[in-house]
Amino acid sequence: MILITCPHCGPRDQDEFSYAGDATKTRPADPASATAAEWHSYVYLRDNPAGPHLEFWHHIHGCRRFVKVLRDVTTHEVLACGGPDDPLETPR
Amino acid sequence: MAEYSVFSLIREGLTGHKGWIRAWRDPEPKASYDVVIIGGGGHGLATAYYLARNHGIANVAVVEKGWIGGGNVGRNTTIVRSNYMLDGNAHFYEHSLKLWEGLSRDLNYNVMFSQRGVLNLAHSDGQMDAYARRGNMMRLNGIDAELLDREGVRRLYPHLDYSTDARWPIYGGLLQPRGGTARHDAVAWGLARGADRRGVDILQNCEVIGFERDGDRITGVKTSRGTIGCGRVGMAVAGNTSRVASMLGWTLPIESHVLQAFVTEPLKPLIDGVVTYGAGHFYISQSDKGGLVLGGDIDFHNSYAQRGNLPVVENVMANGLAMMPNLARVRILRSWGGIMDMSMDGSPIISKTPFDNLYLNAGWCYGGFKATPGSGYAFAHTIAHDAPHETNRAMGLDRFETGHLLDEGGKGPTPKLH
Repeated sequence: MILITCPHCGPRDQDEFSYAGDATKTRPADPASATAAEWHSYVYLRDNPAGPHLEFWHHIHGCRRFVKVLRDVTTHEVLACGGPDDPLETPR
Repeated sequence: MAEYSVFSLIREGLTGHKGWIRAWRDPEPKASYDVVIIGGGGHGLATAYYLARNHGIANVAVVEKGWIGGGNVGRNTTIVRSNYMLDGNAHFYEHSLKLWEGLSRDLNYNVMFSQRGVLNLAHSDGQMDAYARRGNMMRLNGIDAELLDREGVRRLYPHLDYSTDARWPIYGGLLQPRGGTARHDAVAWGLARGADRRGVDILQNCEVIGFERDGDRITGVKTSRGTIGCGRVGMAVAGNTSRVASMLGWTLPIESHVLQAFVTEPLKPLIDGVVTYGAGHFYISQSDKGGLVLGGDIDFHNSYAQRGNLPVVENVMANGLAMMPNLARVRILRSWGGIMDMSMDGSPIISKTPFDNLYLNAGWCYGGFKATPGSGYAFAHTIAHDAPHETNRAMGLDRFETGHLLDEGGKGPTPKLH
């Protein structure tokens, strides 16, 4: 079971959230001038690392806000949680 | 005794079974090979087998970090089917199913392929309409499909929940009679033996740790057993594709997710074929040993851990009980997880790559096992001819750039939903 600490609601069970994927991808700032290669990278390409992974979880059965989570995907251990704009670091 | 037959069995039976030889050798790596296949799973072994069988390329190594068949080819629910709708998928999987039909004879190894039928249940009028459409599209592509009404389903599977208080009553179902199951370990072993007998070296405990390059050309594969020179390289490491690709600084349209599977204590015959629940995500069959083999959704988050979490376990069991309440007292013996290459459109990639002599076989989502022979056949052709086979022409990596996606479920670039 994955326990996610929502910055607004506190520690909650993973069942309250919907996984929203990789949090490192940024939508092209100016959609009109972005190249096809930039869109391809944003929409389809993922680093998919084996280790700490920055990801969004949507607290759909709670405050309905997006939570950013740093989680080791080889163990499912949650390393850090924060708001969408928080830079999360790997604790040493 | 190399060839398996009733005569060799009788001869060995009369002489104390002392003449059997090991099914494949355990050779030392040579300095170089014409083709190095990374990944000794079903697809890698099938690729090596068909390279030797169809293209006369036998100077081939299969490098495997653990033991062959220790990954997803030994971690699936053994289901084989070809009930696809899109042309780019349907012809590929139907070709694969036809290869399954002759595989045991071709390999001289019993993979126990059993065409016991795959039935998808429908639980509403709308779902019956959708299945009629899918079945019609399958039949137009030359694939067998039969639409069953409620009584037709009941004749095949009398133990499902047909009561008036079923949460999602059974309206009917779509049956593919030629679908079924196979013994997954035997598939890996039979392909390994078949490849080995044609001269392929299978190198186990041989982990890839890097590549030697000359620009966009791969000149050597660095492994835990030394550097192996290569003419061409085929990568068939679904689950870990991004990890191996990252050694080349290469990013792919893939996320790794964990899929759980379960097997119960052995029972007397209860379920003839494969049945899938249409009001949730659940599939079940019965192995020849009697255990019910079942599974459901992936865990819905990136994972490289070969184990899952309890919410999905609960969901799988709830689906199963809604479909077959008489499972309530059956005990689960084992559960395990396998790592899926979830691609961005839910379909696989068998393709040339931006590298001159590297070829990619990846992105199998939940569906890699049934594709094993077809995938090896098409990938071997792609490697041998530097061009796709007619069955994998729509499975190129460049489709994500050109927009020619193969999105069977219409889910969009959301890997967890495929």
